Amino acid sequence: MSELIDARGLSCPQPVLITLEKLKSLNQGELVVLVDTDTSKENVIRAASSLGWQVKDVNAAGVEYKLTLEKA
Amino acid sequence: MSSIREFFASRVGIISVGAFIGVFAALLQKLGNPGNMGICVACFDRDIAGAIGWHRAAVVQYLRPEILGFVLGAMMAAFAFKEFRPRAGSAPIVRFVLGMLAMIGALVFLGCPWRALLRLAGGDGNAIFGILGLVAGIWIGTLFFKRGYNLGRAQSTYASVGWLFPLIILGLLALRLIFPQVPDKDLSGILFYSIKGPGSQHAALAVSLAVGLVVGLVAQRSRFCTMGALRDLILFRQIHLFSGMLALLIAAFLTNLLLSQFKPGFANQPVAHTMEIWNFMGMVVAGLAFALAGGCPGRQLFMAGEGDGDAAVFVLGMIAGAAVSHNFGLASSPQGVGPYGITAVFVSIAVLLFIGFTMRQKTA
Repeated sequence: MSELIDARGLSCPQPVLITLEKLKSLNQGELVVLVDTDTSKENVIRAASSLGWQVKDVNAAGVEYKLTLEKA
Repeated sequence: MSSIREFFASRVGIISVGAFIGVFAALLQKLGNPGNMGICVACFDRDIAGAIGWHRAAVVQYLRPEILGFVLGAMMAAFAFKEFRPRAGSAPIVRFVLGMLAMIGALVFLGCPWRALLRLAGGDGNAIFGILGLVAGIWIGTLFFKRGYNLGRAQSTYASVGWLFPLIILGLLALRLIFPQVPDKDLSGILFYSIKGPGSQHAALAVSLAVGLVVGLVAQRSRFCTMGALRDLILFRQIHLFSGMLALLIAAFLTNLLLSQFKPGFANQPVAHTMEIWNFMGMVVAGLAFALAGGCPGRQLFMAGEGDGDAAVFVLGMIAGAAVSHNFGLASSPQGVGPYGITAVFVSIAVLLFIGFTMRQKTA
């Protein structure tokens, strides 16, 4: 079961801040992040890439995105 | 569509947008806008407050079409790319107050972050103190972020919530068309105009509106934000947005050189004063307020165009803050700070610290 972060409705820079915190504590594995704006989606992906995490999947559901990040 | 999307999300994309804003802001000065004020979101919101009579400072009354263009352009981009997301409900009263304080601080310095860059690009050395203040204010903001400061979650909501602010903007545009400027008159129907001073200096309506619309379009796509630029640099050591901000500065500087608009110095700079400490402190207030609200004044306009009702409340707070600033003698002038400007800086900092220290909600 992968870890989950719900960043829906949060303003910048909160989604990135809590995602980075989680990614650093996990160090590897899989993390699912829920966001509801395209800005947050792009920012989270950019921040995750900077730590060497890959975007495994971007799932658009209605007005939300479910981002699956992974690092082997 | 997806290649346009990728371009604007890229490093080259954000640099292009910053450069575009820099070039056109400098050109707008050539075409009639005030000195080193091709585009200034704070000053232009303040001029709008004057145009609708919320304050009666005779020299700063003009319904700036650039601002209207920013919101409408951002809205068009949001619709074209299916990003119009009506959302609201994240501490609106706090956002209103942050907008007011941001404006009070910006008017002590005399400019928003965009204008701080444009002033520097035009040779105004006083801008250095403003930019240092901006960095300091945003840095204080990042300390609050690290302690868990946030304004709580916004919710998706009715489409009409997202529509309301763009509709207000369309209403203002209608007023501007119905009541055009009458030469040598300070009133046209219900709109106030300046006969002299910065408010009387402006490019033609169509030019201002067109530049505003295009800036709104490209800035919505690229998420251009000067506060975010410095915040991400300080907080995450990330240079993405910062590269756009730097591009604005360099492009405006080069355009000014070409147009012979670069005049280095401290004294007698256009719409500026030389009180270093208050140039610095004004922008500490503004920078902290932008950081706590999640965006510089330009970005708040673009987000309001995307349907963000909370950003719209921030903008309305800014316009109200401009009225307060001028009605209460808080705003600076080329002679220096207003009679109550220094008091306002300290009161503003106290309120900002209160907000920063008390609004901590566990979100994760």
